[in-house]
Amino acid sequence: MPILTVIFALLLYGAAAVFVVGVSYRVFTYARTPAPLKIPTMPAPVTRAGVVFRVAREVGLFESLFKSSKWTWIFAVMFHLGLLLEVLRHLRYFIQPIWFWVVLVQPFGVYGGMMMVAGLLGLLGRRLLIARVRYISQPSDYLILLLLLGIGVSGFAITFLHHTDIVSFKAFVLGLLYFDWQPVPANPLLLAHLSMVAALLIVFPFSKLLHAPGVFFSPTRNQVDDARERRHLAPWAAQLTGGGDEV
Amino acid sequence: MAKVDFKVPAVEEYLKTPELQPGAMAKSAPFKAAPRHQEALGFPGELVEDWERRAVAKLADLLKKYRSLRVHLDACVKCGSCADKCQYFLGTGDPKNMPVARQDLLRSIYRRHFTLAGKLFPRLVGARDLDPSVLEEWYGYFHQCSQCRRCSVFCPYGIDTAEISMAAREILDEIGIGQKYCNEILGKVHTLGNNLGLPAPALANTLEGLEEDVKEDTGADVRFPLDVQGAEVLLIAPSADFFAEPHIDGLIGYAKVFHQAGVSWTLSSYASEAANFAMFIGNYEQMRKVALRIRKAAIDLKVKRIIVGECGHAWRVAYSFWNTLAGPFDFLDPRYPVPQHIIEFTHDLIERGAIKLDKEANDHMRVTFHDSCNVARATRMGARPGGQFVLPREVIKASCNHFFDMAPETIGEKTFCCGGGGGLLTDELLELRVKGALPRMQALREVHKEHGVTHMAAICAICKSQFSKVLPYYEFPMETIVSVHQLVSNAIQLGKNS
Repeated sequence: MPILTVIFALLLYGAAAVFVVGVSYRVFTYARTPAPLKIPTMPAPVTRAGVVFRVAREVGLFESLFKSSKWTWIFAVMFHLGLLLEVLRHLRYFIQPIWFWVVLVQPFGVYGGMMMVAGLLGLLGRRLLIARVRYISQPSDYLILLLLLGIGVSGFAITFLHHTDIVSFKAFVLGLLYFDWQPVPANPLLLAHLSMVAALLIVFPFSKLLHAPGVFFSPTRNQVDDARERRHLAPWAAQLTGGGDEV
Repeated sequence: MAKVDFKVPAVEEYLKTPELQPGAMAKSAPFKAAPRHQEALGFPGELVEDWERRAVAKLADLLKKYRSLRVHLDACVKCGSCADKCQYFLGTGDPKNMPVARQDLLRSIYRRHFTLAGKLFPRLVGARDLDPSVLEEWYGYFHQCSQCRRCSVFCPYGIDTAEISMAAREILDEIGIGQKYCNEILGKVHTLGNNLGLPAPALANTLEGLEEDVKEDTGADVRFPLDVQGAEVLLIAPSADFFAEPHIDGLIGYAKVFHQAGVSWTLSSYASEAANFAMFIGNYEQMRKVALRIRKAAIDLKVKRIIVGECGHAWRVAYSFWNTLAGPFDFLDPRYPVPQHIIEFTHDLIERGAIKLDKEANDHMRVTFHDSCNVARATRMGARPGGQFVLPREVIKASCNHFFDMAPETIGEKTFCCGGGGGLLTDELLELRVKGALPRMQALREVHKEHGVTHMAAICAICKSQFSKVLPYYEFPMETIVSVHQLVSNAIQLGKNS
């Protein structure tokens, strides 16, 4: 087995493990931490179904961001929707035979990639040009944008400049999935692309990328407005005694 | 014109996002609590020796208790969409008054102590060590947040700076740095039952005086009952309603409404305060203690319903937290929500035709309505979401002929704070309060020019006090601010129901 294959196999296994364990641990922490008070940002839905719809609008349409800043919304939608299309397109490397709808999505995936890179450039431009946003930006905020841009641009380079052997790459990916390692194509652009994807997975649970699971757990968005009808009591708060006239 | 030792911001044609002015408000800070104010609440009297360790331990404790804090510290992507939404940033230009930057004052410490990235690469992720300058910065800038939640409306993850500033104030109290205004007042509530420290005989005296005034004005025997056992309704009003203008005109309005509806009611001298400043300092136990006084008063007086007067943050605590803190209220009449807002009560009477209002009584006013931040973004009225915007307006429109809303981006869920909420209604913060009122003053100026609006009604004791103080800085008469139930009081037809 070529040493390059071993390195990349281990890198990708490691990155996937860090991602899955790290994000699961974070989600577990969020789920386990109580929300002791009813704090939905009002007006809020008065039913559980209404809350599901509210969170779905937040996740799918970035509703609050739309209220806030149209340009940021446009760039954010371009990036996230583009990324989603690209991820769906890349499913073809992981499944055999390829599902019908994954075949359908292939041409859109390329446009998705363009949209993603354009959105990222827009977000980077905002961060550099608007004094308010520049003020609140840390080095990590720029680095994550650059990492995502690197992934997008290297992907394009593989598609348009230095085409890689897709058949042997797919064999490599399936080999990882079924623990039957196959050699990784030694295309430097592909290796760069893979390294950056691995870096993204590793960084995910330790960075602001936690906004992805976080949005589902934000009490201001996921609580039902029913404080008068239903008593809401956190376990630690239920333990409190004294601190006033006991009645 | 009031005396000014700072520059009152210019009111422009439209609201401008200011240039960044780093450090512009670095010196703004409220007076610190004296040891006796701190110790009365069980906090250390002065800065404890091992403050760094205890601050981090308290943060760890809060992270375990509050999911909002944990998620909101993690999830921010620094998109900046909240940055131009805070009235204190818009009024001062100080970048640390951008909600995200305010959060970062705490987030930087969180990252240093509780995240791997912050432990390994502090510079990369904006993590920093806790040192005395951080404490000063926390004290200054977390007391430049009115916890109005406007930023949370615009945040794609619902990150609520109020939650962060409450946590920061809680940590500061824990290590012995308290704010005098809030903590002194909480001590008074625990001992005397209200923020003013008004003892029961003085309260009884005030209410008697009001009965005489109303009798003289209207000829009607409108009562202001105190500690009446077996009354139908316990009214919990902010204590400012007992003496301040225009609050007291609102109290007279409530009394006339009860009188005309024929519903027996009472105030309590034991729980003579709707306000609960423990929310401002983020302390659950203190907030519970204040809420339990009201529960006890309701039980002792054997009332069937509790109604809350015009007070914004009090309505938040009552509507959203009472059931949690002091419930269940199963000893009250289950046919009514617990608690009810006085606006809900009056609105229902108007809808049923149970009280008659003569709108012409308010024809000398052209009125607009200021949605109070806590009512707008942290509570509801009536059965449907958004009732907190609809019901007060319907009560106003039933009481006067000339009503005009301010610009849509400044009302409803997007309303601006008056500039004095969240425990900032204290004289030493006057500069901040005047500057923070800029967005509201700009919107008011607009309806004043366009529609000749002369009065702005509000349903919050803090809003009313704040506007009385800051309106003159913007060349409006202080009488511009009125209580909603003051309009009702002017219009209500006593003794003419049928």
